[in-house]
Amino acid sequence: MDKFTGKIWVLGDDIDTDIIIPTEYLALKTVQDMAPYAFSPLRPELAAKIKEGDIIVAGKNFGCGSSREQAPEIIKALGIKCVIAKSFARIFFRNSINNGLLLIENSDLRDNVSEGDEITVTINEAIEHKGRKYPIASLPQNLVDIINAGGLVKAMRKLNGMG
Amino acid sequence: MGMTIAEKIIAAAAGVETVKAGDIHTVELDRLMSNDGTTHLTIDMYNKLKNPHIADVNKLVWIVDHNVPCDSVKTAASHKKMRDFAKEHGIKFYEGAGVCHQVMMENHVTSGELIFGADSHTCAYGAVGAFGTGVGCTDYLYAMVTGKSWLLVPETLKFNLKGKLNDGVYARDLILSIIGMIGANGANYMAMEFGGEGLKTLNMSDRIAICNLCVEAGAKTALMEVDDITLEYLKEHGRKPKYSFKSDDDAVFAKVYDIDLSTIKPIVAKPHFVDSVVDAKECVGTHIDEAFLGSCNNGRIEDLRVGAELIKGKKVHPLVRFLVVPASAAVYKQALEEGIIETFMEAGAIVMNPNCSVCWGSCQGVIGENEVLISTGTRNFKGRAGHKDSFVYLASAATVTASAIKGEIATADLL
Repeated sequence: MDKFTGKIWVLGDDIDTDIIIPTEYLALKTVQDMAPYAFSPLRPELAAKIKEGDIIVAGKNFGCGSSREQAPEIIKALGIKCVIAKSFARIFFRNSINNGLLLIENSDLRDNVSEGDEITVTINEAIEHKGRKYPIASLPQNLVDIINAGGLVKAMRKLNGMG
Repeated sequence: MGMTIAEKIIAAAAGVETVKAGDIHTVELDRLMSNDGTTHLTIDMYNKLKNPHIADVNKLVWIVDHNVPCDSVKTAASHKKMRDFAKEHGIKFYEGAGVCHQVMMENHVTSGELIFGADSHTCAYGAVGAFGTGVGCTDYLYAMVTGKSWLLVPETLKFNLKGKLNDGVYARDLILSIIGMIGANGANYMAMEFGGEGLKTLNMSDRIAICNLCVEAGAKTALMEVDDITLEYLKEHGRKPKYSFKSDDDAVFAKVYDIDLSTIKPIVAKPHFVDSVVDAKECVGTHIDEAFLGSCNNGRIEDLRVGAELIKGKKVHPLVRFLVVPASAAVYKQALEEGIIETFMEAGAIVMNPNCSVCWGSCQGVIGENEVLISTGTRNFKGRAGHKDSFVYLASAATVTASAIKGEIATADLL
């Protein structure tokens, strides 16, 4: 997944884990069951509209709040290819990598896009939107390996059979 | 170059002489706490491993606290999974003993330890100078199986406290003020360290309240200097420090804040962000439907005493539900002995068993559409306490109790 193009959904600052998946749905059996309720306190219609390969673009502090790992799992289950935000909360960041969800930090993109636009992401290089390129930082190779394997447990299994 | 407390703990846990912010180290963990929020997910992953094993079962503490007593058939299944697994593997297990962080402080945590908790408020353990940090269930599983994990050494924000809080102002007002000042991601990836002469005026309950809430500024951990108050607390609970670290004089801090405790005022964090703080006076008169005194942040005996003193001889407003939830069974028993539970019940409060309660929006006291809660809990995110269109204000035990009596947001001086 070195380069991919997707339609974007645009969210604001401080998208917390209770927005991503409210407590009342955490008792559901699987993340697939929970996924239709993703982002429901803020945008109840959103989860149903998200399609495989779409991208979320958000403001600062995405994923703040709880350590509930269902949050990145659900975003992944919805088919979201990656989340691009001005910044991420740290527990969510680790949880996303561990579940194979790609996160990209970029401070400029969010304020220059509209929902429904298409963007192209080239890993470790840049995001392209309407002819403008937004450079992005390189991810350390070990994190890329974890994401490509589909998460930490799967990566461990691949590496040394521990899993 | 000198080191901060966070750097010293990571260096010790990594078995190296020195570390600096930005380094990544593999560390040996001292303790691994998990609760019923996500332990069932950890078990599911564990059972799918090829060669599952636990590195050191003595490091594990599992606590059922989020839904106590169990509130649904689905939750009963995940509790049973956790209970059975703990029994099979000999894992230290608590159920009904209280909110996980309070149980950990009362029974396990000591200075200088490095602790992973599968709960964001694990940073509370900094109150005794332990490096506690919240992780998800995958990181938890990895640590459970290997005894280790990797950590990026965080930069540290240093808060030098001086002076003393005025009467009627509490540690919770202080930490909400600090979060308001630096913002909900003001300490993202960082450690928040507290020291200075002012720290000596804050008791262990205050210190837990401060450290516990630092994750609401994005902090990876919170740390306080070990002093006589810390050592006394550990001694009372039958524990000795592993290390008693202080930052070196030439340690490097990302930023240093000097805070005069006497300038802090009663604070309210308005919906839907913990950093939306205002002087509590600005919210006076706001309609409320429910008030909550409890949580790992503010449900200790000291907090219950504040509430009980205010409500003694008065009544809860007839249109308000006032939930009082001691943070642990030990706190509950102490409150019974002191007559505090009786005081709350005489006033018409609903006194519940120790658990996370409405602070995490499940099990007890959930609020409905357009309802308003004033809470000593940890968060006021949209929908946090129930319906997506409901509202949570965060305040001190005094402001919450005063509001329960008045039927609208009120500060204690208005009673």
